[in-house]
Amino acid sequence: MSLIRQHLIDPDICIRCNTCEETCPRQAVTHNDDNYVVDAAICRYCMDCISPCPTGAIDNWRMVSAPYTIEQQFGWDELPEERLIVTGENDGEAAGEAVEDEAAQILELAHRAEGGKAVPPFSAAHPYVNVYTRDNPLVATVTGNVRITGDGASADIHHIILDLGAAAFPVLEGQSIGIRPPGTDERGKAHRLRLYSVSSPRDGERPNHNNLALTVKRVVYERDGRPCEGVASGYLCGLRRGDTLKVTGPFGNTFLMPNHDQANIIMICTGTGAAPFRAMTERRRRRNPGAAGSLMLLFGARTPDELPYFGPLMKLPDSLIDRELVFSRLEGKPKEYVQDRMRARSADIARLLASEHTFVFVCGLKGMEQGVDEAFSAICEENDLDWPALSAAMRRNGRYHIETY
Amino acid sequence: MARARGRNMIEEGYREMNFQVNYDDLIPNNVDLSSDQRLMRALEQWHPGYIDWWKAMGPDGFQEAEVYLRTAVSVDSKGWARFGYVKMPEYRWGVLLAPQVEGREIAFGEHKGEPAWQEVPGEYRAMLRRLIVIQGDTEPASVEQQRHLGATAPSLYDMRNLFQVNVEEGRHLWAMVYLLQKYFGRDGREEAAELLMRRSGDEDKPRMLAAFNAPTPDWLSFFMFTFFTDRDGKMQLESLAQSGFDPLSRSCRFMLTEEAHHMFVGESGVSRTIQRTCEAMKEAGIEDPYDVDAIRALGVIDLPTLQRKANLHLSATLDLFGSEISTNAANAFNAGLKGRYQETKIDDDHQLRDSVYEVLKPGENGFETEDVPALTALNARLRDDYVDDCAKGVGRWNKVIARTGIDFEITLPHVAFNRGIGLFSDCHASPAGEPLSHAEWEAAKSAWLPSSGDVEFIHSLMKPERRPGRYAAWIAPPKVGIDGKPGDFEYVKIA
Repeated sequence: MSLIRQHLIDPDICIRCNTCEETCPRQAVTHNDDNYVVDAAICRYCMDCISPCPTGAIDNWRMVSAPYTIEQQFGWDELPEERLIVTGENDGEAAGEAVEDEAAQILELAHRAEGGKAVPPFSAAHPYVNVYTRDNPLVATVTGNVRITGDGASADIHHIILDLGAAAFPVLEGQSIGIRPPGTDERGKAHRLRLYSVSSPRDGERPNHNNLALTVKRVVYERDGRPCEGVASGYLCGLRRGDTLKVTGPFGNTFLMPNHDQANIIMICTGTGAAPFRAMTERRRRRNPGAAGSLMLLFGARTPDELPYFGPLMKLPDSLIDRELVFSRLEGKPKEYVQDRMRARSADIARLLASEHTFVFVCGLKGMEQGVDEAFSAICEENDLDWPALSAAMRRNGRYHIETY
Repeated sequence: MARARGRNMIEEGYREMNFQVNYDDLIPNNVDLSSDQRLMRALEQWHPGYIDWWKAMGPDGFQEAEVYLRTAVSVDSKGWARFGYVKMPEYRWGVLLAPQVEGREIAFGEHKGEPAWQEVPGEYRAMLRRLIVIQGDTEPASVEQQRHLGATAPSLYDMRNLFQVNVEEGRHLWAMVYLLQKYFGRDGREEAAELLMRRSGDEDKPRMLAAFNAPTPDWLSFFMFTFFTDRDGKMQLESLAQSGFDPLSRSCRFMLTEEAHHMFVGESGVSRTIQRTCEAMKEAGIEDPYDVDAIRALGVIDLPTLQRKANLHLSATLDLFGSEISTNAANAFNAGLKGRYQETKIDDDHQLRDSVYEVLKPGENGFETEDVPALTALNARLRDDYVDDCAKGVGRWNKVIARTGIDFEITLPHVAFNRGIGLFSDCHASPAGEPLSHAEWEAAKSAWLPSSGDVEFIHSLMKPERRPGRYAAWIAPPKVGIDGKPGDFEYVKIA
């Protein structure tokens, strides 16, 4: 299937000042008495028109299988709703989480703790999977790569921004992309594929820029008594601005953000497991900061220095998110883990669990799911809830999601 | 810290664009200022006076605030809209002209087809200087008119937009002063100094045009002013952008890009006011837009008052177009100095030797049209183009009302309504265009123009809101932020 990313002007915001038409070097912008519009056949995404627009109306994009014609656009009072186009090839049901076997295996393992076939939240957007494949990867360009852990921290975690050019790569919060480090291993075979959750919301790291962000920790391990570096994470953390790399995906069709206004989202993570939650939080902040449903984040790291996005997280308003940052290596303090903090917030968590609009997501290191499950069980016991029954119902209804590696 | 970042970003921007804009000069420019030492000295001498003027007459009380402003660092699309925190007196006002078009020809008038002038043609020197001075005088005037508005801004977003408009009006003054000092010698330098001496509303040294001497006392007036009166500025700039005097044309072409933001502030400001009024009416279950007391009790501005404000601002702005029938305008066109709105897109001979234009005039049986030689009717034509442009914006306001289901339409008053200059200055008309006797007008006019009660009520709503992301109760938040910023972005950091 082929998708294009169509450039459109929001007629509800545009003041018809003619600046874009004046600016466009290809005469792709035209107008009638009602609207200014972009001809998809002529626009080459040079972006010259974006910054001169006084209103921001110019900065709108839609993934479409067939572009809207100029005549259609002339008739609009407002932009059409974003349509999620599903073609046979890309139907989530038929395709599974990922068509590529390797990606499917990784996700199967990551979601194993969910027990049985998981379903997405009822209000999640329909995901695209496998738009770009091993045989047909997307070439992305690195536009940013910065260390986000403190100078003194032993963990080296990077925030990496990839620009996707004019390519359609529709990725939702909670989905992953595939990256295979270039070169071969010691046996001369191509390196294994790695999946990384995107840490930016669906409209991009910067709104309406066709880019996405990853949160990557440089893996260091010991082998035969010598320190070694993870091949893929080392490759990614070492990329520089302007470097290109091949990506595949998106992957994943169940670990997805619920979109309805009442949805409460409990997000439990450690380390770079925060990536999908950064995406979900940012989505809520941009799109619906006053939502009826609440966000609760329980986030564990060794020290504040090693907690990715610590600074930006602290700046989010309390009205948007209830944060619990938990540290296991604070000097002079006893070790504390996320499950300990969950128990400390027992009454609040129980209140959320009692609502059928509450969704739980767990993301981080393999093994944490057990501690989390035990904490939920203890909380339910304290608050007269039946955890085994509740947990089963939540899983059945797409309200309990685990992704651990 | 944020400020340092903002400045660094802008300075980096300047350096990146170094091939075009010389940032090392005191005055950023893309006109190779450093090669003209005499001009550079003149501008540098004028600069301190300008800064003194800005500090004395620019936005009152916010000179130390960090404002998230757009600064032009070059005229190409990549460089002209750099955003960062800047203190207003440190804003980099520069001299920026749109790129020169190779082989450009004069598009209209007696010199049609001749190469555009790069120097002032001697025979038109006085006329050209007058056009530039009048345009230049309006720019600082509006800054002066708006200088007290910061104190009652309905949000940090709106405050930032006000200041962006103000610094850009300041830059437009620079653009005109550059032309005066570069091309008009000593006369030009004197005129440039005079531009800093006149004051909006001053009895002894008023600004040159009447509409620029009335104060802008509240935010609704500001939005109406930017919608209606800045739109006159846009029409004038468009006509001057056609000029055969190439430096004027290039100056105005770039100024138009900035002017678009001012139109946006006005159109969206009124639109958000309408939106909030209609929402509040709906929430309170009020359907009748004329149930004024009940609507005002909600703390929003009733639609009939908005209509009266529109009546006032449109009619005052129409006077800025001067006499509909004007030999001055004909002379400027013939000389190739000032064209028609979008001259090059008009399909005719561009000389208007034999053509006529239909002009509305007061006659024996009410208002009648008459064919007038098109050359002398240029002001009437520009005014008509202006009214068409306004009508489209008003149509978009009415869509906002219609969407909420409230039965009300804002209409533009007739061109003869409440006029002080031109063909209609000696007669009276209702907003619908019915001729009225003096007695009828006196009896009815208070229903069509804002009353002192309206003004008092609007003033009572002007309470500042300075919490990021919050808006005064009479205005809806914007649909999108500036530069893609989120709703609670701190557009102004008040010192």
